Amino acid sequence: MADEIVLLSTWPSMFSMRVRVALAEKGLEYEYREEDLWNKSPLLLKMNPVHKKIPVLIHNGKPICESMIIVEYIDEVWNHKSPLLPTDPYQRAEARFWADYVDKKLYDIGKKIIWSTKGEEQETGKKEFIECLKLLERELGDNPYFGGENFGFVDVSLVTFSCWFHTYESYGNFSIETECPKLIAWTKRCLEKESVSSSLADPHKIHDFASGMRKRFGIE
Amino acid sequence: MADEIILLDLWASMLGMRVRVALAEKGLKYEYREQDLRNKSPLLLEMNPVHKKIPVLIHNGKPICESLIIVQYIDEVWYNKSPLLPSDPYQRAQARFWADYTDKLYELGKQLWLAKGEEQETAKKGFMECLKLLEGELGDKPYFGGENFGFLDVALVSFSCWFFAYESFGNFSVEAECPKLVAWSKRCMEKESVSSSLEDPLKIHGFVIMMRKELGVE
Repeated sequence: MADEIVLLSTWPSMFSMRVRVALAEKGLEYEYREEDLWNKSPLLLKMNPVHKKIPVLIHNGKPICESMIIVEYIDEVWNHKSPLLPTDPYQRAEARFWADYVDKKLYDIGKKIIWSTKGEEQETGKKEFIECLKLLERELGDNPYFGGENFGFVDVSLVTFSCWFHTYESYGNFSIETECPKLIAWTKRCLEKESVSSSLADPHKIHDFASGMRKRFGIE
Repeated sequence: MADEIILLDLWASMLGMRVRVALAEKGLKYEYREQDLRNKSPLLLEMNPVHKKIPVLIHNGKPICESLIIVQYIDEVWYNKSPLLPSDPYQRAQARFWADYTDKLYELGKQLWLAKGEEQETAKKGFMECLKLLEGELGDKPYFGGENFGFLDVALVSFSCWFFAYESFGNFSVEAECPKLVAWSKRCMEKESVSSSLEDPLKIHGFVIMMRKELGVE
């Protein structure tokens, strides 16, 4: 019996995009459902009653929540193709550590750049953000991917932020390429992959989205 | 060659206790090294340069950081005894989801003994909501892992030795609100791996008093 896979998502969410990349890496067909977070659907509330957030993967009627937990689930169920986590336990722990680092740091710090009014908070946010990216760039080293020779778990966790880079740069008034050229080279390398280019949103559309949200919150 | 396992930890840390429970579940011998977080050791800074926090597990010289990542690592390396994560991918995702959820208790709990007035009340409400949700997830099972003590049990049980301190400063009773959860924590304490890893609630209470003085909360 064919798997029924439904993804509850919103198009600008870098978290949803992680799941889309993982599904594409595994060559899986699924139904994409755009959610309106200002008017949450009964399905979303039923499938993620705890956090009421996207993404939610619904596999044969059963929900899985939290983007990197979903990615690990996808990797374990469809383990015959494009493995995302390595097999060695130490390397797996390292991969989970860095994906967790991206989660703990990048999103919240990035928010300060885009959503706060100009001033000290934004400057601090920008400094911290660049520090995080530099640390990640050092972790990448001279490898083509964070997963080594192959695109892997940490690559999935981070690459989706790259379509938000233009927005961070624009509001923070800085250039990520100047600060972290190797990281930008890595994002371009990832975008050569169909699974990534077909899953990430257009950076200009993201910028328009952020601009619209800022107006809505009275920041612009 | 025997494994060399070192745990950098702080005696009162419920996150560190998670690792102690997991190591005990697997019957592993290790060297415990108490850390002074006000004067971080060169080893801690070398082994966790990113977060500079405990717990850190050092296995044959290589560090693993973040308590739940460490527990998963221990479970994967020593997979032949007392498995903590289930084998079914869906159940594993569920266990990971709820373990991730328990991390909320850490921040909310801190507010219970650090904050005052309305901030503390909000934290208390949030804390109890979390515990009730977790109690609902436990249902009528002996453990969160079902018949056997598992990953989510490890993630949550160490908070139980902090309950007395939370109740004391937050002025509420966990047992009154979540009797099944307290029953579960007592059941877990019957396990040697748990009772030998968790700290005395009175000592934890003393620790919080000391921290509050130090941070000028009183």
